[in-house]
Amino acid sequence: MNEILIEVRNLSFYYGENRVLKDISMGVSKNMVTALIGPSGCGKTTFLRCFNRMHDLYKGNRYEGEIIYNGENILRAHDLIKLRSKIGMVFQRPTPFPMSIFDNVAYGLKLKGIKKRSEIEAIVEKSLMEAALWDEVKDKLNSPATSLSGGQQQRLVIARTLAVEPDIILFDEPTSALDPIATSKIEDLIKHLKDITTVLIVTHNMQQAARISEYTAFMFRGELIEFDKTENIFTNPKEELTEKYITGRFG
Amino acid sequence: MNLVKKRKVKNIIALSVSVFAAIIGLFWLVFILSSVLVKGISSINLSLFLNDPAPPGIPGGGLRCAFVGQAIITVIATVIGVPIGIFGGTFLAEYGRNKKYTAVISSLADMMTSFPSIVVGVFVYTIMVRPMGHFNGYAGAVALAIIMIPIIVRTTEETLKLIPWEVREAAFALGAPYYKVIKDIVYRSAITGLFTGILLAVARVAVETAPLLFTSFNNSFLTLNPNQPMPSLTVTIYQYAMGPYKEWHKLAWGASFVIVLFVLVLSILGRWIISKRYGSE
Amino acid sequence: MENKFYAKDGLFKSLSFISALVIVLICIAMFTVLFIFSYPAIKQFGVIHFILSDAWNPVKKIFGGAGAIYGTIVTTVLSLIFAIPTSLGIAVFITQICPHSLKKYFSNAIELLASIPSIIYGMWGLFTLAPIMRNYIEPFLQKVFLPIPVIKYLFQGTPLGIDLLTSGLILSIMIIPFISSIARDTFELVPKELKESAYAMGATKWEMIKDVIFPYSKVGVLSGIIIATGRALGETMAVAFVLGNDHNIHLSLLKSSTTISVTLANEFTEADFRLYLSSLFYLAFILFIMSFTALGLAKFLLKRIKK
Ligand SMILES: Nc1ncnc2c1ncn2[C@@H]1O[C@H](COP(=O)(O)OP(=O)(O)O)[C@@H](O)[C@H]1O
Ligand SMILES: [Mg+2]
Repeated sequence: MNEILIEVRNLSFYYGENRVLKDISMGVSKNMVTALIGPSGCGKTTFLRCFNRMHDLYKGNRYEGEIIYNGENILRAHDLIKLRSKIGMVFQRPTPFPMSIFDNVAYGLKLKGIKKRSEIEAIVEKSLMEAALWDEVKDKLNSPATSLSGGQQQRLVIARTLAVEPDIILFDEPTSALDPIATSKIEDLIKHLKDITTVLIVTHNMQQAARISEYTAFMFRGELIEFDKTENIFTNPKEELTEKYITGRFG
Repeated sequence: MNLVKKRKVKNIIALSVSVFAAIIGLFWLVFILSSVLVKGISSINLSLFLNDPAPPGIPGGGLRCAFVGQAIITVIATVIGVPIGIFGGTFLAEYGRNKKYTAVISSLADMMTSFPSIVVGVFVYTIMVRPMGHFNGYAGAVALAIIMIPIIVRTTEETLKLIPWEVREAAFALGAPYYKVIKDIVYRSAITGLFTGILLAVARVAVETAPLLFTSFNNSFLTLNPNQPMPSLTVTIYQYAMGPYKEWHKLAWGASFVIVLFVLVLSILGRWIISKRYGSE
Repeated sequence: MENKFYAKDGLFKSLSFISALVIVLICIAMFTVLFIFSYPAIKQFGVIHFILSDAWNPVKKIFGGAGAIYGTIVTTVLSLIFAIPTSLGIAVFITQICPHSLKKYFSNAIELLASIPSIIYGMWGLFTLAPIMRNYIEPFLQKVFLPIPVIKYLFQGTPLGIDLLTSGLILSIMIIPFISSIARDTFELVPKELKESAYAMGATKWEMIKDVIFPYSKVGVLSGIIIATGRALGETMAVAFVLGNDHNIHLSLLKSSTTISVTLANEFTEADFRLYLSSLFYLAFILFIMSFTALGLAKFLLKRIKK
């Protein structure tokens, strides 16, 4: 049996009056890849952004329920800065910061107060290796991050996230802005990430979920319809809705 | 004449009128610039920059004190105006975005950029010159800063709003506090725009006259002390141009030449930076 | 560690909030100061009487603002009469006629007019434009208009070049870039399909401009005109050189006059008793209200289009 890193209990979420997530409960297994699938607008992004309290940046948003992590409820956490340094996030489009490749990866370390140059250099190199980018950038660490291609930028963002050693990384459709070759590199990378961390990934692409994840959650209109081992979801779904969705007979 | 032909003739007339309007616009520009440059160039010599004003009738006077005074006033105004403007614009675009009162402040700032500058002069006269008992350079600088602040607030706000929101979220997701996100991510991305905004604001206030009339006033001696009445190029031009002496007029043209050159260089530089940064897209 | 972050963020936020507040404080302080200092004159002369009387006599200690207000309004209206057609023509030229490769240069050239300092307009007006007006334009206008009844009253007097007409002309050159750039921007917002459907119905270019572009962008153009009005109302140096300083109201455009801002520029440092100074503040206060109203109206209109 595997260890549960984060446990979601009866989570509901409101944009103002609009209830977008309805009573979701599920567990995210440690050192596994868990995929979130479902039609566009079903609330995948919204769900993902509950884990690092991204919704707190905007007014009028409200959570109900619990997300238990390390024995505490994320939704009651006071120190969001600390929370976010343990829960990494990678966005749909690459988000390189306006600085060099090296400084991008080092940014989170500097936030943590690490000052020693040699320590920073070691972690930057390690993170870039883990993100399978080291060989491509080792000779131009001081070039601006924007000089990289889209796929490289996305792996840079992953390296930046890995550098602070998060317990989990949240991915929101990380390959939807990339070409097929860049996509397959990122997919390979994510498959390997479970050795060092935990992954929760939103994807609009069912094949991708099937290829890279151990667990899959299918969402529909803000509800969690089915959550199971990925192979079960794709070969033997229990719910009719799930079957309809994965066989493409939807709507 | 048939109807179609009539319509075509009308079309040609209307379009010609618009071409003519364009020519008029260009004509004014060329007319003004050329007459200032032509009349001014003959007054440009070293003594314009190195000498202080001579008594009327005696040749060889210059406007050194006015150049120095103008520079001092502008620098002080910049020191006051730039931080307030950048911070204020940052609030509107970042901490205060989506708040109702932010939109009000932004509109106010926008209106202030077109506000009569002479009224600012009157205002600063009452809050500074009167209490201090005499005209002084600081008051002139404050008046210019008041004109500069809303301009920088607006350009800063607009520039920061152009930075994609996602990049900020990515920094938040790493656990960065907002001030670090602004400092490390937003300002860095926006640096060219911010710099251009400052440049254009400085260029604009550096050549203001009306707000200085009742604040820094004028003085025909070199002074480095902003606590005294301070001469400025623009006020000196006004005084000299309205005065009766030929030499004064000549100096006024020389000063005008310098001012026009200054403005041209800065606005062309500003446009060049903008087009280099954003033009390629 | 994290505590330090929160403290610094709070500091940064407060600093930026205070800086934004400076804008509001300046506006409120200006209003208050102008009102307080003009109060003695308001009490002495009232509102209606001050606005309607053109008696401005420091020796007799009688002040009326009508002369300055009249000059302000006439120069502004004149400048709008000259600038609106020119600016619209320029905007049409830039958006519809100008070859694409020249568009940017031409736009920049027109906007350069806006960056020329007003003191330069004043210098140029006094030494270059005024003589031309005096020697050529104004005598010509008199030859044309003096024989015409009623209109002749606008052109009476000896042409001096230092008058309402010259001032209005200079102001118009200054505001052309404002109107034309806003007009250009709103013209470019007109959806392509709309323009194409006019052409598809066989309209000529001018008909398309007149029937599609103008109606579609009228609010935007109007707000540009109002912003320009706000600018023209408060402009000081460009007119201070070429308007003279005459508080009496003359019907003729070839007579010197004054505006609120010109009066302030000429008399503020000379006002040697309380009521005189207070009357000048009163004028400044009136200008403040006029500009604020115009600019606020323009802002309101622009907000409406954005929705
Ligand atoms: N910031 C927001 N404010 C209000 N409603 C939102 C916001 N973001 C998303 N929604 C709504 O919430 C629902 C779920 O959106 P989202 O989580 O983005 O879906 P997904 O990522 O599955 O496509 C949608 O109906 C969307 O319209
Ligand atoms: Mg989504």
